[in-house]
Amino acid sequence: MTAKALTTAPAVPRRPFVRRRSAIPGFALSLGVTIALLSIIVLIPMLSVGLKATQQSFPDFLDAAFNARALAAYRLSFGAAFIAAVINGVFGLVTAWALVRYEFPGKGVINALIDLPFALPTAVAGIALAALYAENGWVGSLVAPLGWKIAFTPLGVVVALTFIGLPFVVRTVEPVMRDLSADVEEAAASLGANRLDTIIRVILPALAPAWLTGFALAFARGIGEYGSVIFIAGNMPYRSEIAPLLIIIELEQYDYAGAATIAVVMLAASFLMLFVINAMQAWARKRSA
Amino acid sequence: MTISIRSVEKTFGRYPALNGVSLEIADGELLALLGPSGSGKTTLLRAIAGLEFPEKGQILFNDQDMTYASAAARQVGFVFQQYALFRHMTLAKNIAFGLDVRKGAAKPPKAEIDKRVDDLLNLVELPGLGKRYPAQLSGGQRQRVALARALAVSPSVLLLDEPFGALDATVRKSLRKELRRIHDATGVTTIFVTHDQEEALELADRVAILNHGVIEQVGTPQEVHDSPVGAFVAGFVGEANRLEGSVKAGHFQGGEIALPAQGAADGAAVAFVRPHDLIRAPAGEESFFITTDRINVQGPVARIEGKTPGGQRIEAAFERNSAEGLRRGDKLGLTAQKAYVFSA
Repeated sequence: MTAKALTTAPAVPRRPFVRRRSAIPGFALSLGVTIALLSIIVLIPMLSVGLKATQQSFPDFLDAAFNARALAAYRLSFGAAFIAAVINGVFGLVTAWALVRYEFPGKGVINALIDLPFALPTAVAGIALAALYAENGWVGSLVAPLGWKIAFTPLGVVVALTFIGLPFVVRTVEPVMRDLSADVEEAAASLGANRLDTIIRVILPALAPAWLTGFALAFARGIGEYGSVIFIAGNMPYRSEIAPLLIIIELEQYDYAGAATIAVVMLAASFLMLFVINAMQAWARKRSA
Repeated sequence: MTISIRSVEKTFGRYPALNGVSLEIADGELLALLGPSGSGKTTLLRAIAGLEFPEKGQILFNDQDMTYASAAARQVGFVFQQYALFRHMTLAKNIAFGLDVRKGAAKPPKAEIDKRVDDLLNLVELPGLGKRYPAQLSGGQRQRVALARALAVSPSVLLLDEPFGALDATVRKSLRKELRRIHDATGVTTIFVTHDQEEALELADRVAILNHGVIEQVGTPQEVHDSPVGAFVAGFVGEANRLEGSVKAGHFQGGEIALPAQGAADGAAVAFVRPHDLIRAPAGEESFFITTDRINVQGPVARIEGKTPGGQRIEAAFERNSAEGLRRGDKLGLTAQKAYVFSA
């Protein structure tokens, strides 16, 4: 007993709170601020939406979430946002290419114009687009003889979301494209690759992570967009009514639980999609790190 | 493959990068383009690769005019200072790239490409690392991959732009030896650009020295070191004490230092004396004296620095034995065994 007591090592004073030392101070502070802000601004409001949606019976919830009108609205919101993000993905890439690779007169003006959708009140954009694309508008009157209608149809929604989402792809891809060194392209050329091979096999894969980020941002913005869309969509139930508008309509009818239900469905779907896109990005980035 | 460069000129804006360069490169030769930055050496290499196009003159591969052929058409292998590997591809994919982009019948079957990649990974001593990504390698390993990638297409000429410039001294030394080994194993005509004379003199069969867009001298490492044709080469290659003075009747006089200058024209001149060509003179035979202010023994060589009474700084390098007993501040009598004198 005593022998045992003697052999035990002298007690090391235990530090009450073990912290890992880091060369970069302020971890606790910055993480604290981050979590506090996320909670106040994002997490608690989202949670309250979820709570609101549970203030009804389960069958009521299902009905509010998945009735035919709501389903049509989800389809339009997600579908149009996806199509618009794809359009922006293609043309944003081309625009970024033009801005990074070439010098031309008026480049500064174009550069500023691209950011305009960020700054413009979305309602202004919506009204302007509706006027242009209506049957008697400048653009609308051009396609009307072909039997096409843009404003006040789902096509109008895509137009508005394309406008809103344009800067995201351009601005995320641009800096990465600028950092691509000319060396890599010259290496490909000296190895016998033609221009198309070089673009497809060398340049685009290097841009993929940034492009995916831009696409995800444009897509997410499109799903949530309200202001510009309602002016050009026509807002016909089952046809050109977006989900955010449906929420407003439910609110105006004092059906808070119903509004919250649609919000919860959109939240879940958006979160899932962004999660998948993030995973794809991480995968693409890991390969090119 | 032989390469002929004939009176090539290239300007960037108003600045002439190449000012009438002519050079013949023999088949299987290992040639260094050596010069200070801005001398046009990289521009010349890029013109041979088809990454720049000259305004005047011709570049011939085996007597075939390639001056304006595209880089892809030239079948050259190019290695960049910053490696320029494709970051999103594995090493194997990087090395196979030049074969993968071939079209139709020119593209070898997959098994053959895989074999070639393995062989090249062995050649550059990175066996079995084909599945890694460039980000997982050190600088020296990346440059080995870049070399393997350039060699994969069996280029008729291998061009390297400051290939070891971004690497630390030890890695640089070992890669230098490796490049020599690979060159001897493949026999491919090789041209590399460097501003490091030690590298050029150690590695190359012949060295072309460029300055201000002009080739000053082409020769073996020994020729450019021992028989410089002009003041620039004498000062740039190897170490030298530079003395200003004048020549009169076959004698150079610069301050208190007199040197023989057979064949040099009378008038202002500049003389170069290599530290190794200065010897400790026996009493009575000194041609000038210096007061030593630094004595540094590096292995077998003693390096002595000092000043003449007139203030001219002189560096000498003796065999260690002949510096025996010399102390800092001593007066030391020197004589030059050899000097290069050029009209200024």
